[in-house]
Amino acid sequence: MSTAEFDQSVETLEPSMSGRSPALPIQLTARDISVWFGKRKVLEGVNIDFPKNTVTALIGPSGCGKSTFIRTLNRLHELIPGAALAGEVLYEGKDIYSPDIDPTHIRLNIGMVFQKPNPFPSMSIRGNVLSGLKLSGMKRSNHDDIVEETLTAAGLWNEVKDRLGAHAGELSGGQAQRLVIARALAVQPHVLLMDEPCSALDPASTLKIEETIRELSKDITVIIVTHNMQQAVRVSDYTAFFLAAENEPGHVVEQGPTTDIFSNPRDQRTLDYVNGRFG
Amino acid sequence: MTVTDPVFRDLHSAATSHRGDRIFNRTVTALAFTALLVLAGISIFLGAQAVPVLAELGPSYLTTTAWDLTSTPPDVGIWGMLYGSVLLAVIGLLIAVPAGLLLAVFMVFMAPPKISKALTSLVDLMAAIPSVIIGLWAFYVLTGPAVEWQQLLNEYLGWIPIFQNTSGNFLGTPFIAGFVLAIMMIPIITSISREVLSHTPPELINASEALGCSLWTMLRYVALPYGRGGIVGGIMLGLGRALGETIAIFFVLKIVFEVNWYNIIESGGGSVASLIVSKFGEANAGFETQLLLAAGFFLFLLTLIVNVIANLIVSRTGRMQR
Repeated sequence: MSTAEFDQSVETLEPSMSGRSPALPIQLTARDISVWFGKRKVLEGVNIDFPKNTVTALIGPSGCGKSTFIRTLNRLHELIPGAALAGEVLYEGKDIYSPDIDPTHIRLNIGMVFQKPNPFPSMSIRGNVLSGLKLSGMKRSNHDDIVEETLTAAGLWNEVKDRLGAHAGELSGGQAQRLVIARALAVQPHVLLMDEPCSALDPASTLKIEETIRELSKDITVIIVTHNMQQAVRVSDYTAFFLAAENEPGHVVEQGPTTDIFSNPRDQRTLDYVNGRFG
Repeated sequence: MTVTDPVFRDLHSAATSHRGDRIFNRTVTALAFTALLVLAGISIFLGAQAVPVLAELGPSYLTTTAWDLTSTPPDVGIWGMLYGSVLLAVIGLLIAVPAGLLLAVFMVFMAPPKISKALTSLVDLMAAIPSVIIGLWAFYVLTGPAVEWQQLLNEYLGWIPIFQNTSGNFLGTPFIAGFVLAIMMIPIITSISREVLSHTPPELINASEALGCSLWTMLRYVALPYGRGGIVGGIMLGLGRALGETIAIFFVLKIVFEVNWYNIIESGGGSVASLIVSKFGEANAGFETQLLLAAGFFLFLLTLIVNVIANLIVSRTGRMQR
């Protein structure tokens, strides 16, 4: 990275801090994140702070690097062949990419929910909730309580409490997605990343998941990628708008409190996007 | 109110009314039945040979282990050979299953794409080596080192009954024959396991990665359970080859007419297929040939049973996944 680039990124850091309540401690910080796949640069100089116990929505048209960005926040990005990264991600002030950090530990603290509901089909509902403990070798006692707590938090408990032994494959798409949220919660993460969690779901299920997100944000920090403007307005406290010009890496055009981004954006492109004029 | 029976429309002839389709359908149906006919033909031919043998010797043909045609009545039985075939296959499986699975895991989840591709072609090439070549190679090249391995096994693990050897002769042992079978099974098991594992849904791999699990736990709880049906199928296909393998075993196994129950590094063992090939050349055209064909019938039956069991396992594990 050249010095000029670095200076520029320091500048862009400033507006991202403004507009946020200074009282909220910052849980996760992306500092000057750039991403490459092979020789192709797909993301440039992203700086975002994620305050503790808030919901931040990442919006923008397809192919602007939102999903790529979210995967850098819990070190899933590095598992893709040919992936490269510059910059820092600070989790509670410490760089998650520093050599003395165990990526497994990071992924347990920063959980993730994907676009397509992906419960383990060969496991029961209960088995799925507890699978994170099993897969990571994490020890927690009182499995029955964990199952009830997390399924309740994910808004699924009442629908499945009588058939916890049933195969996860029997659930509908919306239920499966809420099961996956419960599974992510069972390992007690402090941050939950959600990559378009509702894009494969019907409106009723979407509403339930949104309620769940609001509820979760009392205790954990949520970062959600969404293509749905109304959803961003409904669930998020802060919004970052990503954009990529043709054959150029994506970057953050504007970020701040969700109300500002949607009602009073500073950039013309943001205004056009949130009003549905492109994307 | 009168109830009239519904008039059913002809839905099927319409679908095949095109002349080309009709010809194609009939050809394919005929070919499909050819497979059944061949299977039935083999069963009937071998079964017909087995009938006079069983009539003459009774069930003792299956329960004794001997090949003495000079005594009256002839003292002949293939129990040791049938048991030997299974024993060799089990030894082969114990070596080939872990080796093949690990190779497949390496190719799918660990190797760089180029190496993985190269290995895929190599493994397929390995499957195409004729068994007579493997047999010759084993006879001239493998037996030397294999004798030394067996001596080591005997020296350090000789207190385990299966590694006992009292004769001091380490040639022509079930271990060497089983090892040769493993070499022939590994490409089959690897190839099928690789195919199955490479179809592990990426979203499930994603899920396990996001839950902070290692490659090992991902394999154990996600990839292997997902591919279980296919992998078992691959193993059974390898087993089918092992049970029927003839000429490679013929080169490396000393056939003896006594049951070698478990001394796998002791010289001498049994194999139905190798028995047939070793006796067939000098067999008289009458009863002895019939004896060998009857042996073939029971080998055929054995492989059939193994295949049926394999299918049951595959369909059962397949159902459990859904």
